[in-house]
Amino acid sequence: MKRYVIIGNGVAAAACIEGIRSRDTEGEITVVSEEKRDVYCRPLISYYLEGKTDAERMLYRGADFYQHMGCRVLFGRRAVRLLKEEHEAELDDGTVLPYDALCLATGSSPFVPPMEGLDTVPRRFSFMTLDDAVVLDKAVAEGTRVLIIGAGLIGLKCAEGLAGRDADITVCDLADRVLSSIMDTECAAMMQRHLEKKGIRFLLSDSVTRFDGGTAVMKSGASVSFDVLVLAVGVRPNTSLLKEIGGDVGRGIRTDRHMETSVPGIYAAGDCVEAEDVSSGQTKVMAILPNAVMQGRTAGSCMAGGDDVFDRGIPMNSIGFFGLHAMTAGAYEGDLYEEKTEDSLKRLFTKDGLLKGFILIGREERAGIYTSLIRERTPLASIDFELMKKTATTAAFSADAREKKFGGVV
Amino acid sequence: MKRIYVREEWCLGCHLCEYNCAFANSGLSDMALALKGKPIYPRIHIEGKDRITYAVSCRHCEHPICVDCCIAGALSREDGVIRIDQNKCVGCLTCMLACPYGALAPNENGVMQKCELCLRNSCGEPACVKGCPNGAIVYEERGEAV
Repeated sequence: MKRYVIIGNGVAAAACIEGIRSRDTEGEITVVSEEKRDVYCRPLISYYLEGKTDAERMLYRGADFYQHMGCRVLFGRRAVRLLKEEHEAELDDGTVLPYDALCLATGSSPFVPPMEGLDTVPRRFSFMTLDDAVVLDKAVAEGTRVLIIGAGLIGLKCAEGLAGRDADITVCDLADRVLSSIMDTECAAMMQRHLEKKGIRFLLSDSVTRFDGGTAVMKSGASVSFDVLVLAVGVRPNTSLLKEIGGDVGRGIRTDRHMETSVPGIYAAGDCVEAEDVSSGQTKVMAILPNAVMQGRTAGSCMAGGDDVFDRGIPMNSIGFFGLHAMTAGAYEGDLYEEKTEDSLKRLFTKDGLLKGFILIGREERAGIYTSLIRERTPLASIDFELMKKTATTAAFSADAREKKFGGVV
Repeated sequence: MKRIYVREEWCLGCHLCEYNCAFANSGLSDMALALKGKPIYPRIHIEGKDRITYAVSCRHCEHPICVDCCIAGALSREDGVIRIDQNKCVGCLTCMLACPYGALAPNENGVMQKCELCLRNSCGEPACVKGCPNGAIVYEERGEAV
């Protein structure tokens, strides 16, 4: 009987379990979970703050998931090192887990840059886990002054999650715009205006020089008083377990298309890995849930003897704030097609006869058709792109292509 | 498994399937009461160009990318049918960003909804199929792996 060990208990781990079980119903699966919680939907922590969901509904799978999958979970345990010759993982309590195949689904951790006086701030929080959300939820009430460092996806979703309780929210970022990892200047400005209308204040192109208790002195000279500080600067992939045994690690853990690392028998999936972005051809960490799930399932299947591949990763995000949705995917390079109104915007980027990327604000209808053009690298010459660019529609495909999509089992 | 298929050459583009779908999923027994004077949010819709029209609803894919992409664990595949648990959905629209067929859209409250083959409503069989005046939408087995 094969022994499987999974380090981590996020969605990549859950998908890995399902991948293993798709091929091997007998093998022994052990999951090492630092958090004392069943796998839950991490991106929903801001919705938890907002009161749109709760810990029970946030469970990624049913309450009987581990039992149903026949696996053992060691809650509150952490892997401290891997022994590659012995094929063993050692845990913080001295437990040694032998494995035939192991998956690193270790995710990422908040990155906190050195900031003078940070330890003088009495109430500071990260925003990565449900435990973080639970304590933050209790710390912020009406009128609480909240300073959020980081205007990226995590920082802004946190701001939205807290806004409903009439907290006084300021978000600062070193970048000159919000959502700088997924938006260009004009699109970011549109989102920023919308957030500002909801009372959120921004200090952009600015950073904290020094903290002094409940005061942040900014580089610009501004001074911000706050009750609660949230650090949402960014995240770093958790790669150290593999790095320490000489495994190939770049910004994230490097794997082949079967999600196996450079160390035989050790696989990796989710936010801790880097992979090829098929829209740009670049290798990067694309820390989004869909990729984590696809990678996790691929890893699990291959750990159990399958030959699945993960080779269609792209960055993509659907993110809404106070009812205004933005969708982004792929790479923003090549020729631009644009449509805009006061409160909506569509930008499509084409290059070498392919759709490379897009930004849609308030234009979400059937956006997945655009996403599929990027992911499948569909030659635009094979479709009616004049129609497609105006409206995302399968009518722009040839009759034959449409027959394949709609005429049989897909 | 039986799925819904459309015959482009027979579709009139009359949009009746949209109304039948919205009615079947309204939970009401009177069509006028359910639909009259209100915007409708059907789980099937008509697309087309030039003289071609056809109805699009969930393909119930064998490897559904919407399920992989759902950040709320609200979408799942049960006995081949792609289901949505609206109680878990937070309306992030990631499934809309992922579905290659454009088959998902939110309801009037911003919660996602999709074709579940009328298996869970009182209709019991796809209302779009039953009500199509030209037999352009069918509910049948096709090309299933044997």
